[in-house]
Amino acid sequence: MASLPPLRSGEGSGWGQYPASPGERVRMDAAYYLIQILNGVQYGFLLFLVASGLTLIFGIMGIVNLAHGAFYMVGAYLAFWLDSVTGSFTLALLIGVPVSVGLGLAIERFGFTHLYRRDHLYQVLFTFGLILVIGELRSILWGNDVYGVDVPPLLAGSIPLTETQSYPIYRLFISLACLATAAGLTGLIRYTKLGMMIRAGASNREMVQVLGLDVNRLFMVVFGIGVGLAAFAGMIAAPVNSVHPGMGDEILIISFVVVVIGGVGSIKGAFFGAMLIGLADTFGAVFLPEAAGVVVYALMALVLVWRPRGLFAGG
Amino acid sequence: MSDTPFVANRRQFLATTAAGVAVAGLPRFAIGAPKRIKVGLMLPYSGTYTLLGNNITDGFKLRLAELGEKLGGVEVEFVRVDDESSPPKAKDNAAKLIVKDKVDVLIGTVHSGVAEAMVQVAREEGTLTIVPNAGSNRITRELCAPNIFRTSFSNWQANHPCGDVVLKDGHRNVALISWNYAAGKEMLDGFKESFVAGGGKIAKEFLPDFPKDEFQAYLTEIAALKPDAVYTFFSGGGALKFIKDYAAAGLQGKIPLYGPGFLTDGVLAAAGPAAEGIKTTLHYALTLDNPVNVKFRESFQKATGREADVFAVQGYDAASLLAQGLTAVKGDIGAKKALYAAMEKAEIDSPRGKFTLSKSHNPVQDIYLRQVKDGKEVVLGVAAKALNDPATGCKA
Repeated sequence: MASLPPLRSGEGSGWGQYPASPGERVRMDAAYYLIQILNGVQYGFLLFLVASGLTLIFGIMGIVNLAHGAFYMVGAYLAFWLDSVTGSFTLALLIGVPVSVGLGLAIERFGFTHLYRRDHLYQVLFTFGLILVIGELRSILWGNDVYGVDVPPLLAGSIPLTETQSYPIYRLFISLACLATAAGLTGLIRYTKLGMMIRAGASNREMVQVLGLDVNRLFMVVFGIGVGLAAFAGMIAAPVNSVHPGMGDEILIISFVVVVIGGVGSIKGAFFGAMLIGLADTFGAVFLPEAAGVVVYALMALVLVWRPRGLFAGG
Repeated sequence: MSDTPFVANRRQFLATTAAGVAVAGLPRFAIGAPKRIKVGLMLPYSGTYTLLGNNITDGFKLRLAELGEKLGGVEVEFVRVDDESSPPKAKDNAAKLIVKDKVDVLIGTVHSGVAEAMVQVAREEGTLTIVPNAGSNRITRELCAPNIFRTSFSNWQANHPCGDVVLKDGHRNVALISWNYAAGKEMLDGFKESFVAGGGKIAKEFLPDFPKDEFQAYLTEIAALKPDAVYTFFSGGGALKFIKDYAAAGLQGKIPLYGPGFLTDGVLAAAGPAAEGIKTTLHYALTLDNPVNVKFRESFQKATGREADVFAVQGYDAASLLAQGLTAVKGDIGAKKALYAAMEKAEIDSPRGKFTLSKSHNPVQDIYLRQVKDGKEVVLGVAAKALNDPATGCKA
């Protein structure tokens, strides 16, 4: 890369971040922008993985699962614990995912089932209660410390992109996992009998029941998948995140933004919404640092003005 | 009863008089020396900072136990409030302890936002307050008061010496990154003051919102800027992630990383080899080999089963400070002027080394330079001796 002109000193405390005008910015070459796009896309993949479970539950069951972030956190802590117990991250994934799905099934069977006849609000309140209970359980089981999960040795390297920056292989692996999940989910919903039942149950529950299908069992399965997805995201992201108590709350808001932008219930929507957010967040940090925090929400507002039900509402 | 008041009550009158005479003849205790004082602990006992709250509490209790469960001859009764590290609830929590529970001493807290609100209540009510962590500069600057003491540090203190350290290491062009909140900005400002004064240049300052921890975009930009070094402050989960992301982006070793000790404290085990080589400045290091620290680490481990840390030290020293003050006034917590004067002059034999208090009641202490080597914090030397926070704006 060409050597860069020296920058002016930052001005005093607080913002002092950047030179006066965009034109005066450091001349970054194409490589820099490509890497930033890579960053944005990779972050988008991760967001998609996290949000996919949320949109599934939201769209099919009509439940706003506020505990989604808590399940994400459960996945991360499970990954940490199983990894430290078995010494293998792969094993942790293989054990952790079924356990999380089972957890989802159990919560649906023993919790939600009793609330379907009630107002949606009760279901939402229940998920809120789940956040509190899961948080306390985590505190009891694993404490409140910050933990790290090591990247599995096979994927631990970095690919040098420029003379100073390398790209971690593991992040590329995460992107691959997300792609696989996206493909799997789409295939499931579109091409399998279960997927057909899910779509039918979402459109008209009573009719499906009249036709003899067990909608309750269906919803149990969907909830299990949704929770499994959230936990899987937490697990697979654990080596690049830190495993800490607040991680569920932090991911929850951005997951909702992705789902709202993409359209409730749409996997395709979640994917594109996540990509949009990932790129906006990355380039927002680079070009509009003083407004970086707002960029994502401003984007959401813009999308909703254009398409009030999200980009791909209903599909 | 009114027609024959004296006659009918004569027996009662005699009894009362007799009792009064008897009591008058009893040996008198000094009115100002209660047998026990109430210490209010306003700390986080839930949420991200739970460990810190517990370590501060256990450090305090350890010192109390070492002094025979008495401070200055007076027993201690604790009242706990979980401040949940929540600034909106801070005033109410402080008021509960001060006004409702009528504590004699308030010990708190970890989060600077909570501490500032708490200190404001304590100033109004005049309650003796010892801050065992919150590093907000304001507490011993604009918010200083005769009854407010601190046994931890000021954000300025922990970062200022690092400016010279970085310059001495030959780095003149540095990128800064931290969260955009009061603590983050104070930390970076402390560094900037000495660094820029010594001729250093700030390549760029990044301030992502708290608690955003997606750093890739910033790391890519830092890599493109190619500064001589990066100075950063994050804590907890964010610190761990930044350290790991920094290493994974290939920057570790190519562009040296510096920061205040909070960057690496508590996350070394989880960070592993990614933290190698990071240099930090702090008023304490676990590996300090003075006898007080060696003994402290052992006792703390034995008493709690946990490894000691800087927070435990700060709690421990809060008890020492209070004990020295109370000893000087023979346990009379009401003798405020004398108590505060004694505490001001105290010399604390702390695991961090000896320290005294400044006029604004902030520790005057050595700041150590540490480096992570083989997963351990190694003390390279003293970055600044007896560093005194400038206390700009303190009118005490």
